[in-house]
Amino acid sequence: MLEIKDLHVNVHGKEILKGLNLKVPPGEVHAIMGPNGAGKSTTSYTLAGRAGYEVTKGEIDFFGEDVTALAPEERAARGIFLAFQYPLEIPGVSTMNFLKTAMNSQAKLRGERELNAAEFLRAVRSAAKELNISEDMLKRPLNVGFSGGEKKRNETLQMALLKPKLAILDEMDSGLDIDALKLVAEGVNKLRAPDRSFLVITHYQRLLDYIVPDVIHILAGGKIVLSGDKSLALQLEQNGYDAVIAKAA
Amino acid sequence: MSEEAAALQELTEQKYKYGFVSDIESEFAPKGLNEDVIRFISAKKNEPDWLLDYRLSAYRRWVNMEEPKWAKLHYPKIDFQDAYYYAAPKAKEGPHTLEDVDPELLRTYEKLGIPLHEQEILAGVEQRKVAVDAVFDSVSVVTTFKDELAKVGVIFCPISEAVKTHPELVKKYLGSVVPDTDNFYATLNAAVFSEGSFVYIPPGVRCPMELSTYFRINAAKSGQFERTLIIADAGSYVSYLEGCTAPQRDENQLHAAVVELVALDDAEIKYSTVQNWFPGDENGKGGIYNFVTKRADCRGKNSKVSWTQVETGSAITWKYPSCILRGENAVGEFYSIAIANNFQQADTGTKMIHLGKNTSSRIISKGISAGKAQNTYRGLVSIHQKADGARNFTQCDSLLIGDQCGAHTVPYIQSKNPKAILEHEATTSKISDDQLFYCLSRGIPTEEAVSLIVNGFCREVLQQLPMEFAVEAQKLVGLSLEGSVG
Repeated sequence: MLEIKDLHVNVHGKEILKGLNLKVPPGEVHAIMGPNGAGKSTTSYTLAGRAGYEVTKGEIDFFGEDVTALAPEERAARGIFLAFQYPLEIPGVSTMNFLKTAMNSQAKLRGERELNAAEFLRAVRSAAKELNISEDMLKRPLNVGFSGGEKKRNETLQMALLKPKLAILDEMDSGLDIDALKLVAEGVNKLRAPDRSFLVITHYQRLLDYIVPDVIHILAGGKIVLSGDKSLALQLEQNGYDAVIAKAA
Repeated sequence: MSEEAAALQELTEQKYKYGFVSDIESEFAPKGLNEDVIRFISAKKNEPDWLLDYRLSAYRRWVNMEEPKWAKLHYPKIDFQDAYYYAAPKAKEGPHTLEDVDPELLRTYEKLGIPLHEQEILAGVEQRKVAVDAVFDSVSVVTTFKDELAKVGVIFCPISEAVKTHPELVKKYLGSVVPDTDNFYATLNAAVFSEGSFVYIPPGVRCPMELSTYFRINAAKSGQFERTLIIADAGSYVSYLEGCTAPQRDENQLHAAVVELVALDDAEIKYSTVQNWFPGDENGKGGIYNFVTKRADCRGKNSKVSWTQVETGSAITWKYPSCILRGENAVGEFYSIAIANNFQQADTGTKMIHLGKNTSSRIISKGISAGKAQNTYRGLVSIHQKADGARNFTQCDSLLIGDQCGAHTVPYIQSKNPKAILEHEATTSKISDDQLFYCLSRGIPTEEAVSLIVNGFCREVLQQLPMEFAVEAQKLVGLSLEGSVG
């Protein structure tokens, strides 16, 4: 489903990703772990298509299509979703309005029918209920004054409604206490499906206790240096990045 | 050019969709401005002598006046002799009904989306009724729902008609809020004004529908000099909206309007404007010069006037809808969205003059600048000696899109009463790349993302618009900024 081939990416003229290779089959949860500066955020932004993340070599294939040159909104419409580490605030735009605009924009890009008001409301209310998101929160301006937990739950709500094929979770656990983390992880786990893959990007092993991955990749120096099952996370926890990366090299 | 850039360019070029010209045979006053031209206009409108004298006295004063220079606006000197001061579609004499109107004119309003057929409006069940006075260059084409309004005593007609049918009211109130000596453009307007609406709401009447005037400039090289007068008698209420568009032309055209509002005891006027004059092209060529004096006199106790404006058009906007808060407990409000894109320049704001006791005012201004535009909020809050208990709250927010535009806030505060309470807040922000990318990553394309963010920024003001126009205004806000993010 997702196949990244020999990806090289420059940011501000500096090469950050130096030959990243990665395959994520449908329905699987893959984690990318790595020390600070390894290129974790660059990977998620590049997959989402952010301007300024310049692919100098290699390609990103999504369901067999090379999406490397596609605009972010086109990728979104094809089913790539990025849950942000720090979700942005948009004053004056209610969460509800934002969700509606996003869903309708994607439908339009895919040439599908837009939801009518009643269908949309039904979809939002049922998804919000699952995530313990109140009606009041849906009416508040997007992420403005939200707590860390509320912001991440809001990201999960967006994911639930936009129904991506690939969800990239960028440092989903940052800014969350343990209760909030459990709640968000629970929400994410409910969205696991045979036709939906996850790429969980995280510095800490903690998150992977709650969102259990099929495969763990270790990213260091702009490429994947080691891949393995979930036991790899425990090795990291015990021995630290340096030792595990040194052993792999 | 990439596909995206091409699509973007196409959007930008399409953005002013009211730029067409109607092929109408028109009658003009001789070019230029002198006493003969004023006599011509007055004769065309069969005016009484007192009004001709009023015009001539204003003209004689005007020739010795100088254009105001204090605004943050730059434009070449205007040649006031190189324009027509009266342009009107040739039409049959006598009272206008829809059947008399030139079909080409009707097509124009259809294209503009302005409903002139009362039946059609009635057919739409969910839609509330809106009465329209359609002003085309220097004359009113038609005014709808006049009869229905007359049943409750509401007078809604072109001002040139009111001069004849209700001379006592016009004589009493014309120039009583904005005197003909007020300023360069107001004095010019007093000399040459041609058309606008007249509204009178009798005591205790709540006007049963929205009233609106739609101004269209069509003829080339002509100026439009709108004059509107609204009187809300004791205990009455009216909501009024004006809209404006003009063809896309290379040369600049002048619009110098005067709007006077009078609110007596316990009366309320809600005045909304959606100003979408041709703003000039993306290189700053053409566009309307919009020099407007709008003022409300809250004469009565507990009177209230609320100005809401969405200013998206015009090459130059010079406009300060104001309130004189004379009556005890009078309330003045000013809600403004001013958008300047490409080479547009806007210098707009309000004046709140607190004369009476316990008067209060509220100013919410949202300025958006994009391209190479300059956008200035200029406002005065003045508290006079006797205005015990006066209060003002002012909030001025500016949003910048790109790094070549400017936003400026110039608040003047004068307080001669030590007990007055004044609050002022101001912010300046930019649409960040992060915000944009967040929207894009959700599948919302750039143009829509900008529109969404800007509409969010303006929400407090958009909420003030009558429901019928709020949706239109939201779309317009998005359209005006198309092409501003590349």
